[in-house]
Amino acid sequence: MLDTLRVHGIGAVRFVSRENRLCSVEKAVAQMSLTHHEFWTLVHGMVFGAVFLLGFTGGLEGLWSLRPHQMTPEGVRGKALRLKIGVTAMAIAAWGTVLTGTWVVYPWYREAVPDSPRSILLADPATAEWHHFGMEWKEHVAWLSPILATTVAFIVLYYGASLIRHDRLRKTSLVLFVLAFVFAAVAGLFGALITKTAPLV
Amino acid sequence: MAANMDTGATAPEYVEATDKPEGPVAAAILAAGIGALALGVLTTLAEASQPIKDFLNFYDPVGPLSGKTTWAVAVWLVAWVVLHLIYRSKPVESRLALAVSLVLIGLGVVGTFPVFFQAFAPAE
Repeated sequence: MLDTLRVHGIGAVRFVSRENRLCSVEKAVAQMSLTHHEFWTLVHGMVFGAVFLLGFTGGLEGLWSLRPHQMTPEGVRGKALRLKIGVTAMAIAAWGTVLTGTWVVYPWYREAVPDSPRSILLADPATAEWHHFGMEWKEHVAWLSPILATTVAFIVLYYGASLIRHDRLRKTSLVLFVLAFVFAAVAGLFGALITKTAPLV
Repeated sequence: MAANMDTGATAPEYVEATDKPEGPVAAAILAAGIGALALGVLTTLAEASQPIKDFLNFYDPVGPLSGKTTWAVAVWLVAWVVLHLIYRSKPVESRLALAVSLVLIGLGVVGTFPVFFQAFAPAE
């Protein structure tokens, strides 16, 4: 049954049957599916990573602009609420990232089998430093991020809107907040590069 | 405390009149530094000593990282609780706490830096 059109390249059109179309769709879905390992790597790096970045962006803007001469009273209340949401989301995402990374993904990375990413990296002297330096630093330094993000979240939740009256504490929070991001960025960068060199499948 | 207050004329009208002591914030900042230092120290100790590495191996698939991170988080939380109880009602300035904490965080980063902690690995 010829019931659909398929476009091949520019201007090349031909009819295909329903059976062929379904087969093609199934094949495409199969090619797009994720393995169990890939799914958790995605949760670890992209789901929590995206929330982390959004939280950082919102929190940074909130902390930076929480100054009396830039705000109306109504603006402060709205800003304080968004700031609380931003820093709390970043802290939760940071914990989610390190917990899934350490307890779910990392065991697969270091599994003592020839095709684990660690084994692949160490098998070639040209890639061994990705493990010895990149992974070794990433797996440790990442844990500083949730600790610092939680500290900032505590300061913001503790003072709320009145943080606007504590300029030094606002700057202190900014320093710790940016440090939390930097440590996560180091870990995220090495994670991405290592995954590119030796993917976890 | 007063040194931290923004004395802008319009600031007080934004928020409630009562102000909270800065002690709990100083405690949280210091505890973060202590937690970071704990992670750095544990990372270096695990590299330097096989018995410590074995002790920190809580869960074989994760290896000693399981113990290093669990203990670092435990030290951070205990330090936070203890410091909070000490400073909770005190008008402590957090300026010194931040300075100390940044030094501790710096030491923690050094302790987790591979070039540093791998220098303590026993010669093969």
